[in-house]
Amino acid sequence: MLDHIAYEAPAPKVIAGAKEDWELVIGMEVHAQVSSNAKLFSGASTQFGAEPNSNVAFVDAAMPGMLPVINEYCVEQAVRTGLGLKAEINLVSAFDRKNYFYPDLPQGYQISQLYHPIVGEGEVIVDMSPGVARLVRVERIHLEQDAGKSIHDMDPNMSFVDLNRTGVALMEIVSRPDIRGPEEAAAYLTKLRQILRYLGTCDGNMQEGSMRADVNISICRPGQYEKYMETQDFSHLGTRCEIKNMNSMRFIQQAIDVEARRQIAIVEDGGTVTQETRLYDPDKNETRSMRSKEEAHDYRYFPCPDLLPLEIEQGWVDDIAAGLPELPDAKKARFMGDFNLSEYDASVLTADTASASYFEAVAEGRDGKLAANWVINELFGRLKKEDHDITESPVSPAQLGGIIALISSDAISGKIAKELFEIVYTEGGDPAEIVEARGMKQVTDTGAIEAAVDQIIADNPAQVEKARENPKLAGWFVGQVMKATGGKANPKAVNELVAKKLAQ
Amino acid sequence: MAELNKLTIAEARDGLRKGDVTSVELTEACLAEIDAAGVLNAFVHKTPEIALEQAKAADARLKGGEEAPAMCGIPLGIKDLFCTKGVASQAASAILDGFKPEYESTITQNLWDAGAVMLGKLNMDEFAMGSSNETSTYGDVVNPWRRGNETTPLTPGGSSGGSASAVAADLCLAATGTDTGGSIRQPAAFTGITGIKPTYGRCSRWGVVAFASSLDQAGPMTKSVRDAAIMLEAMCSHDVKDSTSVDLPVPNFEAMLTGDIKGKVIGIPKEYHMEGIPAEIEALWAEGTAMLKDAGAEIRDISLPHTKYALPAYYVIAPAEASSNLARYDGVRYGHRAKLGKGDGITEMYEKTRAEGFGDEVQRRVMIGTYVLSAGFYDAYYNRARRVRSLIKRDFETVFADGIDAILTPATPSSAFGLGEMADEDPVKMYLNDVFTVTVNLAGLPGISVPAGLDAQGLPRGLQLIGRPWEEGDLLNFAHVLEDRAGFVAKPGKWW
Repeated sequence: MLDHIAYEAPAPKVIAGAKEDWELVIGMEVHAQVSSNAKLFSGASTQFGAEPNSNVAFVDAAMPGMLPVINEYCVEQAVRTGLGLKAEINLVSAFDRKNYFYPDLPQGYQISQLYHPIVGEGEVIVDMSPGVARLVRVERIHLEQDAGKSIHDMDPNMSFVDLNRTGVALMEIVSRPDIRGPEEAAAYLTKLRQILRYLGTCDGNMQEGSMRADVNISICRPGQYEKYMETQDFSHLGTRCEIKNMNSMRFIQQAIDVEARRQIAIVEDGGTVTQETRLYDPDKNETRSMRSKEEAHDYRYFPCPDLLPLEIEQGWVDDIAAGLPELPDAKKARFMGDFNLSEYDASVLTADTASASYFEAVAEGRDGKLAANWVINELFGRLKKEDHDITESPVSPAQLGGIIALISSDAISGKIAKELFEIVYTEGGDPAEIVEARGMKQVTDTGAIEAAVDQIIADNPAQVEKARENPKLAGWFVGQVMKATGGKANPKAVNELVAKKLAQ
Repeated sequence: MAELNKLTIAEARDGLRKGDVTSVELTEACLAEIDAAGVLNAFVHKTPEIALEQAKAADARLKGGEEAPAMCGIPLGIKDLFCTKGVASQAASAILDGFKPEYESTITQNLWDAGAVMLGKLNMDEFAMGSSNETSTYGDVVNPWRRGNETTPLTPGGSSGGSASAVAADLCLAATGTDTGGSIRQPAAFTGITGIKPTYGRCSRWGVVAFASSLDQAGPMTKSVRDAAIMLEAMCSHDVKDSTSVDLPVPNFEAMLTGDIKGKVIGIPKEYHMEGIPAEIEALWAEGTAMLKDAGAEIRDISLPHTKYALPAYYVIAPAEASSNLARYDGVRYGHRAKLGKGDGITEMYEKTRAEGFGDEVQRRVMIGTYVLSAGFYDAYYNRARRVRSLIKRDFETVFADGIDAILTPATPSSAFGLGEMADEDPVKMYLNDVFTVTVNLAGLPGISVPAGLDAQGLPRGLQLIGRPWEEGDLLNFAHVLEDRAGFVAKPGKWW
């Protein structure tokens, strides 16, 4: 079985400045909310959309004397995620306090893992197009607490704070600067989200803030990045700026593009880019300085004295590894191998586990390629029309499989199959029974087809003359026969007979 | 029984079990003494209703069939650092003005579960930062002891000054204290009572307002070593709500007070013979050494070579943790919030609230802590202090591995001093009060202060015993022998 598809790296995005060409270098810090019912250090619920300040434990509100206790389930999800990214798992990690003042950070510090993260180096294969993918190295994944939400626009004089999100577990997944363009950045996030969803460790819902990204961008002249890769020496790259808190694929791409152009303009004007944190304003399509390096918080990280170092056992990690599901790359490779699918089709079908399992149920014991066509073109197309998800499909895999079986056994034609699909989709029912009951069965009786062919030939002598001179016109006869038989004639048989009769 | 408030826990327990006295009687006696001792400023929130209700319940339990726990019916004072549900818990700070927690600290809950009675909350240095109980928002606590016939008010020590003063003045049978750098042992020594800081992890920190999390431990402050054993047992527990709480069985400490220390080895660390320590203290130390020797212990000179770095390391680590632990007092959710002026934003709210809410000593330590953790200084201060801490811990591990069972040292470098006497001194001079006690916190060890005599001015003086980790039982037994041999029975003359 294939578990790795050969691919080549995409060309980096090149932006032509006023004077010369520039390449982009991008690294991302993705904050993925751990799918967990309780927070990282408290038992409070993580339910989205609850009444403000209703999911708040004493420790989340930083009441005096309250202490954090690690949620083992969240640790397990971080380990699963690490394993899913083929990363090294650190059996000993530790929590640090990142100190800063903000009303939605009740403790005055965020508990995070600066010095000893739970997950070390891993990788993500970012598919760009069939045969083309970028290998993005993951530097680390650490566990940390989310902050609450400050609301500044409800009252002219007051700010409000909602602590429901305070203390929710996040995995910060930090990539190396291996992403080379806006599309790659979006594809990286898409692939990461796909893997996390396969693992079940994060729901990847960007609208609800379950996945957010800080994007680090710098520019360099062609050739410089290769020098960086050889030496891992950042001095070959430009000064980076970080764009904070992005939660839309589209805006991420726009922000990268506009930020790169801003940096190019500065450098081409003889200026220097200053390292700083910036925010993207989608309305104006520009990035704005949030704080400079000088204004940057001094977070005064130090080991959190309320928590002992987090020690986990290799056996526990091994058990988690043994329970990992088949992940997108492996599934895609298997679909290509086992069902003889194109990489494109395999990618579409493995985009999420629901689609993949649906397809597998349809393809089981049937023509995989045909099944892929039907799932992708007919089913997905039809679902999309109604804005439905695969999990809401009115057609079960067994029903779609039944339709495909009828096609494969020549019981119905492709055209009839589409009609049949529409009936099953809107009315339901067993495809074979519908075909039987409504007389949709394909006519394979050559005698009946032959009679129809003879009749059409006899009725249209002029057309016959033309067709004999130009064999391409045979299609017209086929169409007439199909029409005469109500579409039920086996097209293959009709083709053969028409060709034969015209040749006589 | 006359003067019920003067009983020890052990005496009261026996009287309660025999039916000679009721908890309500004990409680009423204490409440009356508390009301009469306002000048000591030890109790800052009195809870007579709660006390009498708990006392009645304790009496009912004592009359019930099963034998009630030793602490059942015993009236206690609780340091203001402990969160007590529905009762003001302010860590003696203005920034927690009006704060009444919705939860009960594990330790006080353990005590209530054992049937103990809460008389009220006790004064202390603000956020437990201080060695003289002069940093409290409630004002100074006065030591019931006086120098000879002088009337100069003396400090009870700190930070558990209210606890020490209340126990020494018999306002309660015992009190809870907390000890981050000596805050139980130093005030115990200044007031002629017993105070033990158990091994770090023995007592849950859940619900105790944090000062320096890696150093803070609660412990009992009592009139005798036996009482310390009884009360400590009731306070200890493994608490899943505190990740640093240890899952070890809690022994019957009282049963370990055999008085037999024959063949045990007591270490006398040469580094504790410090420059500037009064001859009286040295003499007391020598007396204590002789007492333990007479009781059959072997005395051995030992070296704890990194002792001299302990105080500086402590005054880096403790403020560092405190600067972070106290960040939550920001005026946003509870406690004091400054009145804001026109145009003031969140930064002004933080600045004004914290400037008004925190006293000078707390602000000093928050600033020191912020400084030692800041970029560029972290390695030079905080990381270096952590390395020193490891070395200090190793010093102790080495002597224990060499067969030392306990270490005897002075508890404090002086007797109680006058309130206000240090006001114009360099703050470092005040910090020197902790010179014999901070090593114990840095190493996470159990340490106990036992009254061992009076100085020339008639003030109590204490000796400190340091034990092996988790061996509080043995440590209490050494202290029991020392107490017995020293025969300290003096009480302050009642002037209040």
